[in-house]
Amino acid sequence: MASADKARSPGGSDARRPRPPRAGSLVPYLYIAPFFLVFALFGLFPMVATAYVSLTDWSLLGTGPGRWIGADNYERLLHDPYMWNAARNTVSLFVLATVPQLVLALVIAQLLDWALRARTLISLGLLLPYFTSVAAVAIVFSVLFSRDFGLVNHLLDLVGAGPVDWPAGRLTSHLTVAAMVNWRWTGFNALIYFSAIRLIPRELYETAAIDGAGRWRQFWHVTLPMLRLALVFTAVLSTIGNIQLFTEPLLFSATQGNTTGGSGRQFQTLALYLYEEGFRSFDFGYASAIAWLLVLVTAVAALLSLALVLRIRSED
Amino acid sequence: MKSPGNGSRRRAGRNFRCAVAALFTGALIASCTSGPDDGGETELTIGLFGDFGYRELYAQYEKEHPGIRIVERVTAFDDHHTSLATHLATGRGANDIEAVETGYIGRFKSEPGKFVNFLDHGVGAQRDWWLPWKWDQSLSTDGKSQIGLGTDVGGLAMCYRTDMFEKAGLPTERDEVSALWPDWNAYFATGDRYTAGAPAGTRFFDGGATVFNAMIGQARTGYYDDDGNLVVKTNPVVRQSWDAVTQAIGKGQSARLTPLTNDWNNGFAESRFATIPCPSWMTAFIQDQAKSSAGKWDVATVPGGSGNWGGSFLTVPEQGDHIDEAVELARWLTAPEQQKAVFKENGNLPSQPALYKDPAITGLVKPFFNDAPVGRIFTESALKLQPQPQGPKSGEVMVAFTNGFNRVEAGTESPDAAWNSVIADIEHGER
Repeated sequence: MASADKARSPGGSDARRPRPPRAGSLVPYLYIAPFFLVFALFGLFPMVATAYVSLTDWSLLGTGPGRWIGADNYERLLHDPYMWNAARNTVSLFVLATVPQLVLALVIAQLLDWALRARTLISLGLLLPYFTSVAAVAIVFSVLFSRDFGLVNHLLDLVGAGPVDWPAGRLTSHLTVAAMVNWRWTGFNALIYFSAIRLIPRELYETAAIDGAGRWRQFWHVTLPMLRLALVFTAVLSTIGNIQLFTEPLLFSATQGNTTGGSGRQFQTLALYLYEEGFRSFDFGYASAIAWLLVLVTAVAALLSLALVLRIRSED
Repeated sequence: MKSPGNGSRRRAGRNFRCAVAALFTGALIASCTSGPDDGGETELTIGLFGDFGYRELYAQYEKEHPGIRIVERVTAFDDHHTSLATHLATGRGANDIEAVETGYIGRFKSEPGKFVNFLDHGVGAQRDWWLPWKWDQSLSTDGKSQIGLGTDVGGLAMCYRTDMFEKAGLPTERDEVSALWPDWNAYFATGDRYTAGAPAGTRFFDGGATVFNAMIGQARTGYYDDDGNLVVKTNPVVRQSWDAVTQAIGKGQSARLTPLTNDWNNGFAESRFATIPCPSWMTAFIQDQAKSSAGKWDVATVPGGSGNWGGSFLTVPEQGDHIDEAVELARWLTAPEQQKAVFKENGNLPSQPALYKDPAITGLVKPFFNDAPVGRIFTESALKLQPQPQGPKSGEVMVAFTNGFNRVEAGTESPDAAWNSVIADIEHGER
C-alpha cells in the first residue's frame, strides 16, 4: 500500500505520464523481475562475495576458504607502496585519457554540425576505432611505440629527435596508454555529442545570431548548456571505464603476461595490480580488498565528474 | 588413498550442486550428466598449453584401451596456468590431466594435496627414468609427494652468429668458440673483444635477463636453499651474477631486449645480437624469426657446460572423477617409448637420459645452424645439470629480476638502485 501512495505522491503530471499501476497489482514487478534476478545472481552476489573474501586471507592455492582476518587486508592496503603507486598511475591515466577525449569529441561534433559535408561517411569513420578490439589497438600501439623498431621513433628520427623508450618512462608510458584510449573512444563520444547537437532547436541558434552572438559564443552559450545530459552520460561512462583501465596497460607490457605494468610499475593501474595480486600471487583476499577499493575510487571519481559537468547548468 | 565412501559422498555433493545450478539457469544440465556410470565410455580430458605432440598417441592409446576416450584442450600459456589455479581453488573444473610448465611447478607443488601423489601409484620405482633434477623439480620440498611426471626439457647451449663473429675478429668454428668461454667470466671477456670490433648496431648478447637466468640455473643453490627458504638476498652467487651481468650491460654488451617480446623477435631478424643462451625449443623459433640468416647461426656449448630452460610436467588434480585412468594415461604419455615418439613428432627433447643414447636423438643435426649436432649438445647440457631447489615464488623472483635488468638497460635506475628495488619487489611478495 505504501508503495502505491508513494507512486501517486509526486503527481500533478498525470495528464502527461502513463498512469501508475493500480495498488496491489504484482504484474509490473513480474515484468521487471528477470532483470533483478539476473542482477542478484551475476551482479549483487559476486560483489557481496568479494566483500566477504576481502575480509579473509584466502589464497587461491590454499587448502580452502581463508581464515577471517577482519580489516587486515584493508589496513595492509593503506600501507602498501605498490597500491599508492597504482593509485597515482590510475589518476594520472584517468586525467590523460578522459579530458582530451571529451574535449576533442566536443570539437569534432561541433565542426561536424557547422560545416562538414559527407557527414554520414565521417560519422562512420569516427565509429571505426570503437569497433576495433581493445587487444588489437593495444598491440598495434605497442608496435608503433616500440623502442627499436617503432614507427613513432622512426618519424622522430627523421626530424632529428632521439629515440624515446616509450614504455620505460612514467610520463611517456602514460601518454602512450592514454593515446590508445583516446584513439578508441573519441569518435564514439563525438557521435553522441553530434546527435545531441542535432536535437537542439535551430531557433535557439537563430535567436542567438540575431542577438549578435558569433559562433564561439553560440557554442559556449547554446550548445554546451543544451548538451548537459550527453555530457553527464559520457563523463560518467568514461570515468568508470578509465578508472578501471586494465587491458591497455596489460598488453602494453612488452613481455607477454607481465602484470607489473612496466619494469618499474610505471604504468600499473589499480585494476592491473588487482590482477597481479589475485592471479599471479593468488592472494585472493588481498585482491578482493583492492577490488572494493577500486569500487570506492570509481564511485568517487564518477560523482566528482558528475558534479563538474553539472556546474554547466549554473551558467544556463 | 581415497575410500569409496568419500568418493560417493563427493558425487552426491556434485549432483546437488548441479541441481541447484540447473534450477537457476536450466542450461547446465547437459554438463552434469557424464561419468562412467551412464555412458560405458570414460572421457579423459587433458589440458595443455601448446603442441605436446600427443595427437597420434591418443589414437594408439584409445585403441589399446577400449572404453577410454581422450579429449585434448589447449589454451594459451598464462591462461592455462591461471585457470588451473582457479579450478584447484574452487575444487572443480580442472581437467583429468593438467600440464604444468617449469616456471609454475614450484608454485603448484607447494600445495601437494591438490594433486595426486604419483608415489602412491608406484611411480617411485621408475624415478631413474628421469633426469634427477627434473624429478626433483616436481617433488614436494619434504620429498613425500611427487605431483608431476616430466615430459620434455630444454637443455641449454649458446647460439651464435658466425658471420658477426668473423667481422669482429673472433673464431667462428664451433669447438673453438666453445673453448672461448669455459665459464661466464670468459664469456663476458669475449664480449669485450666482440664489442671492440663489432659490426655497427650489433651487441654481444640479447639482454641481461637471459644471460642471468642461464647463470643462476647452473648454481648448486639459486633462489631457494635446501630447506625451502628464499635466499636471494644472502646467496652470494645471485649478487655476483647480477654484478657481472650489469657490468657487461654498462660496457655496451647488451642489445637490451627481453625474451618473448616483439622487439626481441625483431632482434633476431634484424641481427641485433651475436649470441644468445638457447634451449632446444628455441632453435625452431630462431629458424622462424631469422629466415634470412640461414646457415649463419651455429651452436656452441654454454659457459659452465650445463643448463636448462623450459620443459613441462603432467599432473593429475585430486578433484578428478577418473583418477586411476588419468594416472595410467599420464604415466603412459611420459614413458620412454612415447617421449621418443614425441621427439620424432615435434622435436621436444625427452627428459629421460636413457633416450639420450638413442641415435635418433644424438644424431640430430640442423642445417639452419650450420649442421650443428644439436641433439648431442642439448642432451649433454641437460645431463650435466645438477638439481637445484625450487620454491613457490621462483617464477615471481624471475619476473622481479627481469624487470630489474630492464630498468638498468633502459637507464632508469643504476645497477645498485635496481638491485635494491628487485629485493624490495621480492620482499613485497613475501609478506
